[in-house]
Amino acid sequence: MLRGADEDQGSEAVPAIVRLNLMANEVPERQIPSQEAAVGGSVLDVNRLTVSFDHTVILADLSFTVARGASLAVIGPNGAGKTVLFRALIGAIAHEGTIRWAPGTRFGYVPQKLDIERDLPITGRDLLRAKLTIARARKEDALRALERVDLREEVLVKPIGSMSGGQFQRLLVAFALIGKPDVLLLDEPAAGVDVPGQEALNAALRRLQQEEAITTLLISHDLSVVYHYASTVLCLARQQAYLGAPQAVLTPERLSEVYGTPISFHFHDDHGR
Amino acid sequence: MTMDARALIVCAAMSVAAGLVGCFAVMRRMTLAADAFSHVALPGIGLALVLRLNPLLGALAALLAGAVLIWAIEGKTKLSTEAITGVVFSVALAIGSLTATGEELIDALFGTPGSVTTAETLFGLVAGLAVACFIFKARDRLVVSLVSNEVAIASGIGVRSLDLAFLVAFAVTVALGMRYLGVLLMGSLIIIPATVAKRLATSIDAMFAIAIGAALASTLLGSWIAVLTHRPSGPVIVAVAGGLFFLSLLKS
Repeated sequence: MLRGADEDQGSEAVPAIVRLNLMANEVPERQIPSQEAAVGGSVLDVNRLTVSFDHTVILADLSFTVARGASLAVIGPNGAGKTVLFRALIGAIAHEGTIRWAPGTRFGYVPQKLDIERDLPITGRDLLRAKLTIARARKEDALRALERVDLREEVLVKPIGSMSGGQFQRLLVAFALIGKPDVLLLDEPAAGVDVPGQEALNAALRRLQQEEAITTLLISHDLSVVYHYASTVLCLARQQAYLGAPQAVLTPERLSEVYGTPISFHFHDDHGR
Repeated sequence: MTMDARALIVCAAMSVAAGLVGCFAVMRRMTLAADAFSHVALPGIGLALVLRLNPLLGALAALLAGAVLIWAIEGKTKLSTEAITGVVFSVALAIGSLTATGEELIDALFGTPGSVTTAETLFGLVAGLAVACFIFKARDRLVVSLVSNEVAIASGIGVRSLDLAFLVAFAVTVALGMRYLGVLLMGSLIIIPATVAKRLATSIDAMFAIAIGAALASTLLGSWIAVLTHRPSGPVIVAVAGGLFFLSLLKS
């Protein structure tokens, strides 16, 4: 499949979001002081997205743009609509407003912790083989994906319900990587995974982002991960939404306001991203 | 003669289809819905008897209509397949008992042992093959969608049309068993071998193989015992399948 991405090589450092409309009622539209994404350089264009279930508005009038190669982190308290936003983006739920992916965009989606029956007779190999057929990809694609998430092939003979949380999440990332996606949507991939598993997963994601020009959209509660690996942060809260560079959004004042409770989050800016 | 070749063909086609469809019915946790769904055939059978048509035609039509109806309600509401099938099934049962009574209805419910016509053999063969082909062709999409609906959508799978196709395959499979097992017992042949397979298998291919094997063993062994003991074949087949299930419990 042809992709129109190649003319936009050097824009990976451009913050993903150029504009965000806040709730229509009181707060004025806020311009994020950033370079405008080059025309045609955006992979995702969301305009006035509104999602409601049974007359309860979950997302209201949300507009943003994601540049190719950007890494956007979505944060916010529980119930702010982060997962709903992703489900709308992949076309799984009805919404108002427009969601425009660049033509030919292929995405990989890694869901929040799935509840898999322990005795479900589906192995890791069954799942990856299914994706190979669906994406019309070759076996080498699967091997490469496994390598990138650092998952050994022996693990694949296990039924997916009996894998450890970390193994299964990395399997899902590998699944998402088969078929050469342009965009990865990751919904709290490390939730419910123990600390070593989280580290392996985060390392795998970091490698992907550094070595390939995959655009990533990541929902995370781990603010230090967000701070160090995201080029832009979209913070969803019930009343409003904020976005901008991590340094601008992840301030103690903003976080206290959004989460409704004082949050002491200290960044160590010595790492440099 | 214990079983003629035609009956054997119908039996085999029915077992293969039931085993395969059952695997996904069990994994999608729609087993009870699956069992209830077979009752949707009743008003069709009743109507066919009134109109002096082949009851099989009536059953097939009612089952297909039921599949589409359940699918449409599923799309319109957030209700589970289980709940919707429960409603559709009880309404169908009520209508079915109003439209028909008599011995022919009992036959349709519990199956009619005896000679099988050429048309019935042909239907069994074609329908069984079609269902098996569908499951093998759609297996990857079915596997992904049962692991996660969202992942399936993001992978470009048309989840809604896949759901409909699966329900139709299920409806055809129930109709397939009507002649031999009867619609009431066909639900059991779909569920029990697949449940045995789910207990024993650790991969999807193994599950298919065990489910088909258990379904074939139940129908062939059951039919043979039925002839020997002069009992109706349907209940004996289901009893054998139940025996296999209890054997599978021996695995820790």
